[in-house]
Amino acid sequence: MILTVRHATRYLYSAPMRGAVQSLRLFPSRFEGQNTRHWQVEVESGIRGASFVDGAGDRIEGWSMRGPLNEVCVRVEGEVETHDLNGVLRGHREAVPAAAYLRSTPATLPDAALSALAEAAVAGAQEALERAHRLSAAVAKAITYRPGATHAHTTAAESLALGEGVCQDHAHALIAAANVVGLPARYVSGYLFADAEGVAHEAAHAWAEIWLEGLGWVGFDAANACCPDDRYIRLGSGRDAQEAAPIRGLALGQGSAEKLEVEVAVGASQQ
Amino acid sequence: MLSRTAENLFWIARNFERAETMARLLEVGARMALMPQAGHGYRNEWDSLLRASGTAVGFAEKYGDPVQRNIESYLFFDRDNPSSVASCVERARENGRIVRTALTTQVWDALNASYQEMRALERQPRSDLELSQLTEWTMRHAAQLRGAIDATQLRNDGYHFLGLGFALERADNTARLLDVKYYVLLPRVDFVGSELDNYQWQTLLRALSAHRAFHWAYGGDITAHKIAHFLILNRQSPRSLLTANGEALGHLDALAQAYGNATPAQERARALLAQLEKTTIEEIFDEGLHEFLTRFVRENAGLAALVQQTYLSGEAR
Amino acid sequence: MPTQCFNEMYQGETVRAPYARLEDWMHAMPTEFRQMKQAEAEALFRRIGITFAVYGEGGDPDRLIPFDMFPRVFTQTEWRKLERGIKQRARALNAFLLDVYGRGEIIRAGRVPASLVYQNAAYEPAVAGIVPPRGVFSHIVGVDLVRTGPEDFFVLEDNCRTPSGVSYMLENREIMMRMFPALFRENRIEPVDGYPALLRRTLASVAPAKCEGEPTVVILTPGHFNSAYYEHSFLADMMGVELVEGADLFVESGLVWMRTTEGPRRVDVIYRRIDDAYLDPLCFRPDSMLGIPGLMDVYRSGGVAIASAPGAGVADDKAIYTLVPEMIRFYLGEEPVLQNVPTWQCAKQDDYAYVLEHLGELVVKEVHGSGGYGMLVGPSSSKAQIEAFRARLIANPGNYIAQPTLALSTTPTFVNEGIAPRHVDLRPYCLVGERIELVPGGLTRVALNEGSLVVNSSQGGGVKDTWVLSE
Repeated sequence: MILTVRHATRYLYSAPMRGAVQSLRLFPSRFEGQNTRHWQVEVESGIRGASFVDGAGDRIEGWSMRGPLNEVCVRVEGEVETHDLNGVLRGHREAVPAAAYLRSTPATLPDAALSALAEAAVAGAQEALERAHRLSAAVAKAITYRPGATHAHTTAAESLALGEGVCQDHAHALIAAANVVGLPARYVSGYLFADAEGVAHEAAHAWAEIWLEGLGWVGFDAANACCPDDRYIRLGSGRDAQEAAPIRGLALGQGSAEKLEVEVAVGASQQ
Repeated sequence: MLSRTAENLFWIARNFERAETMARLLEVGARMALMPQAGHGYRNEWDSLLRASGTAVGFAEKYGDPVQRNIESYLFFDRDNPSSVASCVERARENGRIVRTALTTQVWDALNASYQEMRALERQPRSDLELSQLTEWTMRHAAQLRGAIDATQLRNDGYHFLGLGFALERADNTARLLDVKYYVLLPRVDFVGSELDNYQWQTLLRALSAHRAFHWAYGGDITAHKIAHFLILNRQSPRSLLTANGEALGHLDALAQAYGNATPAQERARALLAQLEKTTIEEIFDEGLHEFLTRFVRENAGLAALVQQTYLSGEAR
Repeated sequence: MPTQCFNEMYQGETVRAPYARLEDWMHAMPTEFRQMKQAEAEALFRRIGITFAVYGEGGDPDRLIPFDMFPRVFTQTEWRKLERGIKQRARALNAFLLDVYGRGEIIRAGRVPASLVYQNAAYEPAVAGIVPPRGVFSHIVGVDLVRTGPEDFFVLEDNCRTPSGVSYMLENREIMMRMFPALFRENRIEPVDGYPALLRRTLASVAPAKCEGEPTVVILTPGHFNSAYYEHSFLADMMGVELVEGADLFVESGLVWMRTTEGPRRVDVIYRRIDDAYLDPLCFRPDSMLGIPGLMDVYRSGGVAIASAPGAGVADDKAIYTLVPEMIRFYLGEEPVLQNVPTWQCAKQDDYAYVLEHLGELVVKEVHGSGGYGMLVGPSSSKAQIEAFRARLIANPGNYIAQPTLALSTTPTFVNEGIAPRHVDLRPYCLVGERIELVPGGLTRVALNEGSLVVNSSQGGGVKDTWVLSE
């Protein structure tokens, strides 16, 4: 498919800030499933800073803004040609060994319930790929999609106990469950195109990848009970949502409440 | 120099100058309290002093009625009072600790010793301490600090930030002390020229250690005009607004020269000084002393803010 | 308690050669004179401001580390061996870091288990694939050594992040020279005062390729409330570089800048004395107030050097420690000059069983602990203490390692009753940049309490001047 993306993120401050700094992971990954036709990231009245590819293979760009600032606006616009690889991240270059994704973060730390869920899911399954599919299905079943039930800092264990969550919670829970059975797993952030018949999801999306010997990293979207295909655009990864966040930023100043407005539109254009 | 280093040097000076002013203010209060009653109790005067030092609300919350012993404690020792001598000395020493390597051993010793002695004073029973001991103690340490700075600090940018701190704080404090007398202490306008008025002026001069200097310079009776002239326009008076302003400009000019770059701060200081220089004492009284002083305090604070923004905030490009 | 320990001054009745001249000095010093000198030393320390701040425990927050005037002495021959061993270790540790953040050859070769490295809390995926200037991750390696005999030195642990205490090495010498100039005329003692200049040169030598002209080096401190603030400010002063806090620096255009009274000034090398987790809220802990937002982006794109490099801690973990001899063989093709202390890892079943059996004889430490906290010294602990520790060990065996209680050497030390032997260790500071440098000396820490083996200043330890004699 040819997917087009328009994505604007606006941070509004109640009082002028002295400045702001951002680290953006907003560039489509380079692998066989994606070919970027054009892509533009712009921060309004920002100064472009460091740009590099990190150990996980993600392009990262730093930006800074001088004060006084009342808002910061990050705009992304681009077009990506996608191919369905059944979730396999083929041809992606990275330096972090898979074994590093066996260590939990506070968000993905498995508790007894997550361990039990993982053990039960893989019982009887020998093959790694099948085990991964079963884990994803188990997480999808255990956590019902319900926006607003959880927040940005909800952990995998909390979401499972609640039985509800959004894509972030599904991904965290799947990472935790995979780690329990010794499979390296990580968090992926990106975009999802949903056509009229598709489930109405937010276009900014997240899922998990699990390392399978022989196949490498394979994506699992427990929230949609599938593997990422040509409707997905992959941006970057990390051990949890915080590490994989497309935007990590900080405004310098005091006592100023922040309001966030996000607009994302992912469309499909004619081949 | 790091902006934060400059900022701490600047505040070493401001905090210590403020400690000294607070001690002088205490002395004014104590002397006023000794004076024969003039139709109103000493309570009112202490109350005026608390208001003048900007600590009336904090004091009332903690102690209620203004009793001299409590006021002394509050203005000298109380860490809950950010303007107390102890608070100022502690902050100055903390500023110094942060920039320890920008100070000579002698300057650090002066700061550190005042803090250590302060802690020793705090451990003594209050009943063993006379107020005059406390105020003299403060002035002695302020003088030691200034002496150590003058005798040992390199004449680099750091020295000028120290000097700027002293000069700006002193200008502010002199104006406020003068305003206290005129606007706060004197109960009603019809007391102008009275015994009480006269006595208060003398007390103020003594508190500023300017009693003898004043008489040498002016002689004869103490009048409001003479004192205002002495504390505002006299170039020989070490505490006058004109002197303090001139010193501030001197340090700013030295910075501009060292950095090869003048800024709006120099411009503002020069304008402020020029304005003071062409002012006469008659014009000041025509405007109203209180109005004049209020305006001066505001302009001086504006200059301090500009210094902050230009050199100390780290935001300058 | 081991009864036979090596006394570095006396072998029976004989005085060992390096201490020969100190015997007269020691006997010629009447008690009153010694007490006067001790008071003088303390006054000097306080005046200079060498204190370590302890907040939140009441009392004077500025405490002195007790200084013992009796020097600890090494011969040139002894030192040469130590020097060879320490430099070898510093090279191997840096080769290991470069490898595990690169291709991981030592893991592929099966010499080090992957889990020990990649699941280590100090392994930092954010810097995988990064090659710091000159390939150096740990620019200051502090190697903690103990001695058990004339020829027997053991490495107790490595410190690859930001080993502290070097200011004491320098100040102890300074104060000894001021108080006992004659001693320095009679003994030919190698100087240590070149350390700050060497450190600065080392740091300048790892400036990033983008640096133009003479590199600007700064020391990054968590601030004046930190217990080691004195050391940070002392080093900055001696090196002639700025001591900065996080808020003094900012990131723009892919570079790091320092806020000065004359506007922004570019920074090339940051010697940081804050932990990885606090370096950059946009990469690590988002709640860090001590760091510089965006720093890691600049670092990873080659705009600034950070010493030690983020992630360096994975080499000085107590579990990795056991593998250092293996690293030396693997990367350098050499045999280790300095031995490790035999170590049981409670993460391993057999070792764990042994440790549980022999708690009363062993020293047990937390894998990630430091400062002498969270450890058990079996032979000098009560039954109750041992049992309390056993409970903690059982709760989380993987968190502990154990070592035999070594018969640490002693040196004569001034105590209330006169002079008595006390146990000591040694921390030299090895600098790694364009070259590998080691000043002849280090910090000798002494356990001032009789029989104690804990030398940490927080637990009754003191410090001594450490001499290396010229030929």
